[in-house]
Amino acid sequence: MPSHTFVLNGQQVTVDVEDDVRLLWVLRDILGVTGPKYGCGLGVCQACTSHVNGKAVNICCVPVSDVQPTDEVTTIEGLPATVGQDLHPMQQAWLDMDVPQCGYCQPGQIMAAVAKVLQARAAGRQLGDADFDEIRNICRCGTYHRIREAILEAQTKF
Amino acid sequence: MSTASEQQSTDVSRRRFLGYVLAASTLTVAAQLGEGAAAPHAEAAVPGVPEPADLYDLNDMLTDATLATANLITITLNADGTASFALPRTEVGQGITTSTAMLIAEELDLPLDKVQVSLADARPELVFNQLTGGSNTTISTYTPVRVAAATAKQQLLEAAATELGVPLSALSALQGVITAPDGRSLSYAELAVKAASLTNLQVSVTLKPATAFSVIGTPQNRIDALDAVTGRKQFAMDVQVAGAMPAMICRPPTINGTVVSVQNRTAVQAMPGITDVAVVSTGVAVRGRTFGQCIDAVRALQVTWGPGSEDAATDATVLAELRAAENPIVTPPLPLLTEAVDARFTFHFASNSALESNCAVADVRSGSAEIWACVKAPITAQEEIAAQLGLPVSAVTVHVTQGGGSFGRKLFHDAALEAAEVSKAMGKPVRLMWHRTDDFRHGRTHPMSISRVRATYSLGQVLTLDQRHTSVATEFGHGLGEIITSSVAKLPVGGLTFSETIFSLTQQTPYNFGVTTQLLTEVDNGFHTGSMRNIYSPNVRCAQELIVDRLAAAMGQDPYHFRRNFLKDPRAVAVLDKVAQVGNWGRTMAPGTAQGIAIHPEYHGFVAVLVEIDCTPATVNRQIPDAVTGPRVTKAVCAVDVGLAVNPKGLEAQMMGGIMDGIAVTLTSSLHLNGGYFQEGSWDNYFYTRQWNTPPELDIIVMPPTTGTPGGAGELAVAGAMAAVACAYGRATGTMPTTFPINHDAPLAFTPLPTVPPIPQSPTDGLSRAY
Ligand code: FES
Ligand code: FES
Repeated sequence: MPSHTFVLNGQQVTVDVEDDVRLLWVLRDILGVTGPKYGCGLGVCQACTSHVNGKAVNICCVPVSDVQPTDEVTTIEGLPATVGQDLHPMQQAWLDMDVPQCGYCQPGQIMAAVAKVLQARAAGRQLGDADFDEIRNICRCGTYHRIREAILEAQTKF
Repeated sequence: MSTASEQQSTDVSRRRFLGYVLAASTLTVAAQLGEGAAAPHAEAAVPGVPEPADLYDLNDMLTDATLATANLITITLNADGTASFALPRTEVGQGITTSTAMLIAEELDLPLDKVQVSLADARPELVFNQLTGGSNTTISTYTPVRVAAATAKQQLLEAAATELGVPLSALSALQGVITAPDGRSLSYAELAVKAASLTNLQVSVTLKPATAFSVIGTPQNRIDALDAVTGRKQFAMDVQVAGAMPAMICRPPTINGTVVSVQNRTAVQAMPGITDVAVVSTGVAVRGRTFGQCIDAVRALQVTWGPGSEDAATDATVLAELRAAENPIVTPPLPLLTEAVDARFTFHFASNSALESNCAVADVRSGSAEIWACVKAPITAQEEIAAQLGLPVSAVTVHVTQGGGSFGRKLFHDAALEAAEVSKAMGKPVRLMWHRTDDFRHGRTHPMSISRVRATYSLGQVLTLDQRHTSVATEFGHGLGEIITSSVAKLPVGGLTFSETIFSLTQQTPYNFGVTTQLLTEVDNGFHTGSMRNIYSPNVRCAQELIVDRLAAAMGQDPYHFRRNFLKDPRAVAVLDKVAQVGNWGRTMAPGTAQGIAIHPEYHGFVAVLVEIDCTPATVNRQIPDAVTGPRVTKAVCAVDVGLAVNPKGLEAQMMGGIMDGIAVTLTSSLHLNGGYFQEGSWDNYFYTRQWNTPPELDIIVMPPTTGTPGGAGELAVAGAMAAVACAYGRATGTMPTTFPINHDAPLAFTPLPTVPPIPQSPTDGLSRAY
């Protein structure tokens, strides 16, 4: 069985698993990292959103063989460490606005929000309506409004 | 005339209840769940205002060795000063663990973060009292939970009085610390063991008056928010159970199709990671190391399928069936010059799919079974699983996990039953999860219905309102059956079917519209249905409110003033006035845009919603990839009166979610039936409200307490929002919508996924779409 090495939340891990198994299942079913959620396995719902080298990725659509030994995979569990804090400012804003209802979509929402803010910042601007239209994450509990408020609050804080 | 002190004592007696102290190593208290608990403890009504010490000494306290402790809800005060409570209800996002913790914090005078609320396993002795539905949790647990907490505080005060040598009446409790007049104090942690009882005791306790509330009615953040935002919140598929490997089902191409034969079982069993393949009642189950490999195996299976239950059915055939079954409206002879408005509305199938798809962990052994699942009727689940496995109920343990949404879906335990069957068939523990595509195609639906409404009016009065609601049958399951039938046994609704009973109990018209009749007719079809958030109300009330707008127009009145003039209840008028004022009703709107206003009464509460909608071509034709844009609700204002909002912040969240649901079912989301299956198979086919459909402006107003007791909150907003959006759309376009969602009959906005294999493969382009 092929062996795959990558950096997961700051630590190097190696797993023996077939090449085409998607990263989501490697994390959840083999490594026991359950922050990223399954909502479709189709790159649609965005519940599995995590970061690969700082960019938001639907890890249900990434064969584990696509990940290189130096690639840094960050899940919601590893997000605070990326800013050296107990909670990332985006997570804090989520708490301040009391965003979660069932909470199932929220790890993916937060990971997407952080990437979206960084993407806009790299383009030299703050998040606007057009950016919100690009956030595809489903929240079946309908927390969208508080998500917008939380992102707007957090975007200048990291 | 009664004196002030007499009134005060009546007030106190209304707040006096029986609590229990249970024999345990640290202080453990309880209260009766169910009807008994709701009634104040009349016998304890004594003249004057008693001190807690008086009560304690007053023979209200009995030592009762045979005290029945089975039907109690129990709070434990731990040695570290925290309190624990296992709630016999199911948290699916509606915030009941938080509101319950608030009730305990209030009566116990303990900080909110020192109250831990978990979800109780199935407790068959509670009979019908462990069902989460009908937005009933807070209504039914408001008093018992407070009684238990008040009992705990009373015992702590008693222990502190003994310890400090001070009369109980001189002590005060605040934030988990009891303080004597001389400044000496004891924390609950120090008292938890000392206040424990060696025997079971029955005591009389007095609840706080509302004027003394410092937690109830204040906005609080959810107690599980930190776990949710850090990924630590544990859902069923996150529970680690030794040996419980992923499992999935290969399902038939059409609803209720059956397995005739499997051609390549051995080959599939030999696929990478796969450990087992077994035929079960709903399809062919596979078990493997990862869900990804289960998906591969499901896709590789070659199965010959038998027909399903609805293979010839399409939206059109079901609609024809509903039309044929519709009861006529027979209006009595009316005065000359009476005029009528009359319309029929169609509401298409909708999915109550949550983001967490149906799932459960099952470990079935030869003489026992253990299940982990989010189920809102855990006792029913336990009983049915036991029956299916041929085990006594006591041999089956059902652990209730936190739910990733429900919207009615988790009233049923389809995945738990299936997981048990699969685990038994394979002789191994399994972690069974439905693929998203299966969740839409084979999961439960909100049934298609039609609603005909006819109203007559003359000389400024509405004389009659008749509504004939005809629907594909809604499955209720006997979990809900027990609770509703038991609570309505005394009501004059004999002779009705169960669905008719629910319908007649939930549907009300908030207006003085003369002779009003509302009848439900069901067509029994071979579909998997269930209650979706707010059951019948979004459709029934949306139809009515559209007719109300028609009546207003026909009678030359403004929709807001017309409603105001005919509303029965001042609480309804108050919420309507509030949204009209905050939402600036009647402001000038640009062509193609309009306001809509509606009201909905239910669950002992009232909600009013005002929306503004933009139906201009520039908005309707906005392009977003793989999305339905269409008309956009640009603003929503909601005012809600639930009698008493235990947690206004949580109530706001429920209104927000309900509004998003209302927007979805009015404008974008439905299932299309064709060839015996639903075409939708992903969230880019089933267009639930997304960020781009969300109103940029949202204002939710929680009204000050009115009745002083909490009503239901989880579902209330859906009907009000649906009706307001529909009314706004009608006013913006000049055409009253009669089919919902309004885009249902447009060409499909997606290409349906194949049915064989039943689930799609995961893409491999994740990295190339990184942002
Ligand atoms: S699970 Fe990855 S996008 Fe839905
Ligand atoms: S909080 Fe439940 S799906 Fe988003």
